[in-house]
Amino acid sequence: MSDHVVIVGAGHAAGQAAASLRQEGYEGAITMIGNEPYIPYQRPPLSKKFLAGEIGIDRVYFKPPEFYEKENVTVKLGTRVTEIDRNAKTVHTDKGETFTYSKLLLTTGSRVRELNLPGFDLEGVFYLRNVGDVEGIQSYFNKGGKCVIVGGGYIGLEVAAVAAKHGIDVTVLEMAPMVMARVVGPIVSRFYERVHKEEGVKIVTGAAVSGFEGKNGQLTKVTCADGTAHEADFVVVGVGILPNVELAVEANLKVENGIAVDECCRTSDPDIYAAGDCTNHPNPLLGERLRLESVHNALEQAKTAAAAICGKEKPYAQIPWFWSDQYDLKLQIVGLSAGYDQAVVRGNPDEGRSFAVFYLKEGRLIAVDAINRAPEFMMSKQLIAKGVSIPAEKLRDESINMKEMAAYAT
Amino acid sequence: MTKVVFIEHDGTEHEVDAENGTNLMEAATKHLVPGIDADCGGACACATCMIYVPEEWAAKLPEKEDMEETMLDFCDHSKENSRLACQIEVTDALEGIRVSMPASQH
Repeated sequence: MSDHVVIVGAGHAAGQAAASLRQEGYEGAITMIGNEPYIPYQRPPLSKKFLAGEIGIDRVYFKPPEFYEKENVTVKLGTRVTEIDRNAKTVHTDKGETFTYSKLLLTTGSRVRELNLPGFDLEGVFYLRNVGDVEGIQSYFNKGGKCVIVGGGYIGLEVAAVAAKHGIDVTVLEMAPMVMARVVGPIVSRFYERVHKEEGVKIVTGAAVSGFEGKNGQLTKVTCADGTAHEADFVVVGVGILPNVELAVEANLKVENGIAVDECCRTSDPDIYAAGDCTNHPNPLLGERLRLESVHNALEQAKTAAAAICGKEKPYAQIPWFWSDQYDLKLQIVGLSAGYDQAVVRGNPDEGRSFAVFYLKEGRLIAVDAINRAPEFMMSKQLIAKGVSIPAEKLRDESINMKEMAAYAT
Repeated sequence: MTKVVFIEHDGTEHEVDAENGTNLMEAATKHLVPGIDADCGGACACATCMIYVPEEWAAKLPEKEDMEETMLDFCDHSKENSRLACQIEVTDALEGIRVSMPASQH
């Protein structure tokens, strides 16, 4: 059988894998199968510049359309893979097609967690994951009015920032006691609540949404379990994502909070690889297995998987990093702060819009949340990868340049 | 369209027609120029689209904003003439510009 790499999915990891396969010298056939009607595009701008209408779809594409032609990558769009037959080494699609693979790469990504509450199917209730979702939300931007955001995470707050700039009356309903609680520490959460309030966005924490009400099929309000109601012309729900693992489960691949892969992105089947949001993978730098929802992870795992498919070992070993743009704030996070025992603040979170929080565990630097603080982010990226300890009094001392911080590392 | 030449670390040259209004990072990735990673897609968040700009061109570029300046300040291969390609808009003034890339963006 001739070489044929079939890539299931057409997101960041799929696009990067196609490019990396060719860079690694793979000359066989590549087929990419995606259920959206678009070639791979970058998702982060969907809740930022693309939502704001500052850039069009052509500037969001991961690689230009010509790339797939030039690199001889067959792209099947609007097509869903329905089954993997590991014995026959084939995949079947909802269009009735069958593709035979020599190597299969699963980049199935993730999907939004849905809120199946009463009224969820009313006009004006949106999620944000795809280009199509953004088009729906934008159609309401132009009308002005009121928007309720359900979920105060990255997506919810980025949408709130863009909507507020469009003159929309925005209310964010967050179930937890703090916004962004899953991704940043409490100091940073409180800071973001302050800034959103300064920008005119209302934030309600501890709010349990119970349903959506409407008139003639059109949303009019969002109700909460405590009996309160919030008028809304449209609502954007951002309450997390779930990995798309069903194909892998049905094919009896090992799945444990994501498709289980090794450091080279190999699944429990030697001819099947996986990369990106859908995987559960080992991280040698962190000493644990994890599933990540991140562009950086998707890109780096795709490079590793492509190399492995070409018979080269390029183990994935990266400190995770993330970013979020809201108003004039650039949040850059490096490392995972879970399990920290000391938070060290550099700068003043209560005034202005620039500071950083270092997270230490037994003295060792494990993560940083940096707001408009590129030096803290860039330097910490290096320090965390080295696994060093730095005294808290040095980290918080702004008279010490971040460049000099390495001198205090042990 | 504006003619831009990207030079890899090993000297390989890539001459591309860059669309005005886009930026140099997009011009490189669109034309499959190796050596520009652009992990964050142009959000000035990752500093993996670093280029070196010859002195004679430096003055014709938009000035660095604080974020770009500090990101560059902490890059491994950064030099005085480093820029982040995602922060440089393509205009007629750049016709014929030649920029080079470091050995690695990480």
